[in-house]
Formats: sequence, structure tokens, C-alpha cells
Amino acid sequence: MRLFGFIIVCLSGALLLYATQDFPPWGDPGSPASTHVSPRYLEKSMEETDVPNVVTSVLADYRGFDTMFETTVIFAAGMSCFILLRIVRKEDEDRYYRHVSTGVTFHIKGKGRIPERSGEFERIDTMWTPYDLIIKTMARFLVPFIQLFALYVLAHGHESPGGGFQGGVIMGASFIVMAIAFDLRTALNGFREKVDGLLSALGVFIYAGTGALCLVLGGNFIDYKELAKILPVDQVEARAYGILSVETGVFIAVMAVMVCIYINIASEGKHDEGL
Amino acid sequence: MIWQLDLAILSLVILCAVAAIWVKDLLGCSILFGAYSFMMCLLWAIMGSVDVAFTEASVGAGVSTVFFVAAVFRTTRRTKD
Repeated sequence: MRLFGFIIVCLSGALLLYATQDFPPWGDPGSPASTHVSPRYLEKSMEETDVPNVVTSVLADYRGFDTMFETTVIFAAGMSCFILLRIVRKEDEDRYYRHVSTGVTFHIKGKGRIPERSGEFERIDTMWTPYDLIIKTMARFLVPFIQLFALYVLAHGHESPGGGFQGGVIMGASFIVMAIAFDLRTALNGFREKVDGLLSALGVFIYAGTGALCLVLGGNFIDYKELAKILPVDQVEARAYGILSVETGVFIAVMAVMVCIYINIASEGKHDEGL
Repeated sequence: MIWQLDLAILSLVILCAVAAIWVKDLLGCSILFGAYSFMMCLLWAIMGSVDVAFTEASVGAGVSTVFFVAAVFRTTRRTKD
């Protein structure tokens, strides 16, 4: 079977290599993309969209619909992961608790209860119970910086590489770091499931809502300059704010979906213990 | 574009891809996929498409590797074939 897979990979690789012979060389100024497509955007994007970064102008302005449905696809991916994997936890499953001061482990069966919220017991995982001070301390130090970097990537994506998508992934990764370094319940305490689901829908709503707001104000869909009618700024700045709000929508949706997918995979949809 | 660097990274990409098929440990396989994504990210950065490189680094090498590891944690570590 492995040999079979290897042969298929080699064949398709050879086919792809054969197909690349028809491509123009890398960076060829005479290729169609460099003669028709790129110059159009490079020359016109500043006067048409007033965005300093051409990539952002293509992503959020010329191809605004494309990015909106991309966000919708990510939302759909998160929701399908949720629908496929999520199991509402049964109350009578076996659970393990550790008495904090003595270190004695209790195995609670069935409907047995333990005095909750007393602070003397902590729930431990049945499969994997790491207790690593170094990793926990490092994660506690690193997570704020990761989140700050994610916000920087979002806010500065207008002018430099980055934007809502990358920033959202980095923000989601910071919650995943929390879930790995501590345990899944600690991460879920900071980021509840309902909030997660609402945020992933809210992100798409912010994107589509910004577009629809431009429509209501008399322009085309996602025509950001119409926002100048309700914001106390001129049209150039209104475009910047419009793109920022759209990127914020992408950021929120991607972050929530990344956390949703991770938690559902790592806990088999039970949301109690996992990697 | 420095061709020596390009060649080294490209051969590492192919090495990672072939190793990901041949390795029997699925955890190692997901780590190899992460290495593959990071090499692709370097290639994008060399070619000057920084946005794509950024996305590849954060999504391909970062989060998707973690998803693979989580899936391996919940299924099995050895392949059947």
C-alpha cells in the first residue's frame, strides 16, 4: 500500500513537473500576468482604493466578495467540525480528582459527587496528566505577547504583510497554547463554548454587515468610501476604517473557528479532557 | 534569489514529502508535514510573496500541525500499512 502511494505521488509529481514547462519563468516580465494583471493593480490601486498596500487593496477591495466567502467557508468548516464531533458529556462518566494538599487521587464513579468549588480538589485527566511547571510558566509568559503580536498583525495589516486571517490564526494559536500547556478545562474557562460559537458567527456578520452598510448608504456592496457619510472622516480615511472593520470580522471568525476545531478534535467532542 | 539556498530548501521540501509517506509513526509524519510547510514558507519568502509566506507559517506550519497532533492523540500512532 505504501509502495502504491509512493508510485501515485511520483506519477502526479512528474505530471506536475511536466505541466510547469508551459509556465513562464519565475519573474518573467513578458508573461501575461506581468503584462496585463500586475501593472493594472500597481498603477491604479492607489487612485482607485487609496490603500498603501497593494496586496490589501486586492484582498479587501477588488476581491472583497472573495474574502467574504472565504470567511464564510472557514465558518462552515468550524460548524461542520462542531456538528460531526460534538457530544454532550454524560454526567455519569468516571472522573478523577486530586486532593491538592495531600496528593491523594480520587476515582469518582457514576453519580458520585465531590464537594465542588471547595478549592481542595482539582480535576485531572484520565489519559494524560502532565504537571510541568516550566511549560506552564513559559506559556503564561508567552501568551500575552502572542496575543499582542496577533493584534499588531491585524492592526498593521493595512500597510504591511498580515491582516485578519493571519492575526486570527495567531490569536487562536495562543488559546491552543493555553490548552496544551495547562489543560482543556482551563482554556475553556477562559473561552467558553457559547462565546466561541457566537464569535465565529459574529465575525462573518461584521464582514457582511460592513458591506451591507455601504449598500444602505447608497454605494455598491463593500464600497468603503460610502462610510464617510456616517463617520466624521473623509473618504480616504473611511476606506481605511472600512477595511479595518472587515479585517476585524475575519480576525474574530478565524480565531473562534481555530479554537472550536482544536477543542473538538482534542477532546473527541466531549470538551472535558484532551491534549 | 540565491540559487544555492533555493536548491537546499527545495531538496529539503522533497525530502520531507517523501519521508512523510515512508515514515510509520503518524506523530512523526505530522511533524514532517510541519517541517514541509515551514520550508514552503521559506520558499515563498525567497520569492518575495511575504503575505503568502506569513499565512503558510501561521496556518500550515503552526495550527494545522497542532490539529494533526491532536488527531493522532485521539486515534492511533501507528499506521496499519
